[in-house]
Amino acid sequence: MAASESYPDDLLYHPEHDWARIDGDEAVLGVTWYAQDALGELVHYEPPSVGATVSKDASYGEVESVKAVSDLISPLTGEVLEVNEKVVDAPETVNEDPYGDGWLIRIRMTSQDERDQLLALADYRKVLDDEA
Amino acid sequence: MQTLRRTPLYDQHVALGARLVPFAGWEMPVQYEGVIPEHKAVRRDAGVFDVSHMGEIEIEGPTARDLLQAALSNDVDRLQPGEAQYTLLTNEAGGIVDDVILYRLDEHRYLVVANASNADAVYRALQERELRGSDVRDVSDDYALLAVQGPRALERLELSPAKAFTWAMGELDGVEVMINRTGYTGEEGVELACMVEDAARLWDAILARGVVPCGLGARDTLRLEVCYPLHGNDIGPQWDAISSGLGWACALDTEFTGVERLREVKAAGPAEKLVPFAMTEKAIPRQGMAVEGGGEVTSGTMSPMLEVGIGMAYVPAAAAKPGTELVIDVRGKPRRAEVKKKPLYKKEHS
Repeated sequence: MAASESYPDDLLYHPEHDWARIDGDEAVLGVTWYAQDALGELVHYEPPSVGATVSKDASYGEVESVKAVSDLISPLTGEVLEVNEKVVDAPETVNEDPYGDGWLIRIRMTSQDERDQLLALADYRKVLDDEA
Repeated sequence: MQTLRRTPLYDQHVALGARLVPFAGWEMPVQYEGVIPEHKAVRRDAGVFDVSHMGEIEIEGPTARDLLQAALSNDVDRLQPGEAQYTLLTNEAGGIVDDVILYRLDEHRYLVVANASNADAVYRALQERELRGSDVRDVSDDYALLAVQGPRALERLELSPAKAFTWAMGELDGVEVMINRTGYTGEEGVELACMVEDAARLWDAILARGVVPCGLGARDTLRLEVCYPLHGNDIGPQWDAISSGLGWACALDTEFTGVERLREVKAAGPAEKLVPFAMTEKAIPRQGMAVEGGGEVTSGTMSPMLEVGIGMAYVPAAAAKPGTELVIDVRGKPRRAEVKKKPLYKKEHS
């Protein structure tokens, strides 16, 4: 079952429809409800390797639906600590729970300043309004 | 900007919450609930597709047969009234301008159903050949076309089984329809042609019978699982019909455009062939990806039934045998696949 539309207010957002949940110097990354809805049911997740470096605004992996491929854009720079293997095995988890079980990677941030460049919910909603 | 055309069922699609996309100059539903549930509905029960964007061309007159035989690859004389035939409009190089279904309506009257993106080209090609005693008319705007497909399609429409590639006039819930025993999914089913003004009534009646509305997304994954080529992806003017695996639709003992070239290719053997394949590593092939050692993916998707990446590709003839390993360049990453026999997906027998 696909999740219904929601955008938690405790996350920081990237205009490419990615989110970050920051806890100290670590962050968990994923895609927003809007992104998974635009793609449709996900059938493949191509994650980065643990230990790889991800860079803010650059692609760190891909998700695919039957019809389309989408780059995953990292909202932050850091080192990959963990890949969500549940999503590798069952990519539709992202559709079912984009902010919970459908998280994609956990990273150690290498720049604390970058978080200030991300969008709070109110600003991300403006991005969504522009897409509509 | 070009204005997109709409089928007579546009309002129905909007009301059902379809995601509409531009396709071949038309605004068409790509999905309603989702590609995967729609795909499975057709494999397990019944689904309906609005394919009214396809072109219909009528050819009539005592010389209609001669005109068609000179233009189309298959043997027109094998076609009796009440029958239909898969055939190709070819160019001088034996390439495929369009793949069409030819219906023989009566002794001297035929109907060609062409792909939406090629409908004008097919009409022009046939019209250019108009002979004294034949009349070619584009009747696309007169007809709507609905494909009802799936193992329970006939049961849900209360239709009796009939031979594939035949047609008959009939009535469904008060709408006069041409019932064609054709399809593009590998399942049992029909394609129903009706007058444009009856289209909404027919669509609603079919849905009321429990048939699931399906978009072009599922139509594409369904046809790829059973290895039906899609014009513009897997077949086209740049590949001759023999290399494309459609030699069976070419009557090389008849005279049609490009037949000499096709006889040569047949005699020498094609240098490359269109083959179906399935990934043996986790990856989804896509149109345009390169095959190592030469070749190109022409269609690719994740198979909803097989749950692996599948596709079709042109590969050197030496690599075309089922079981041959292929390596596909998936955005810079080499991923293994294996050439398969057609169809990739076989019907579940219940």
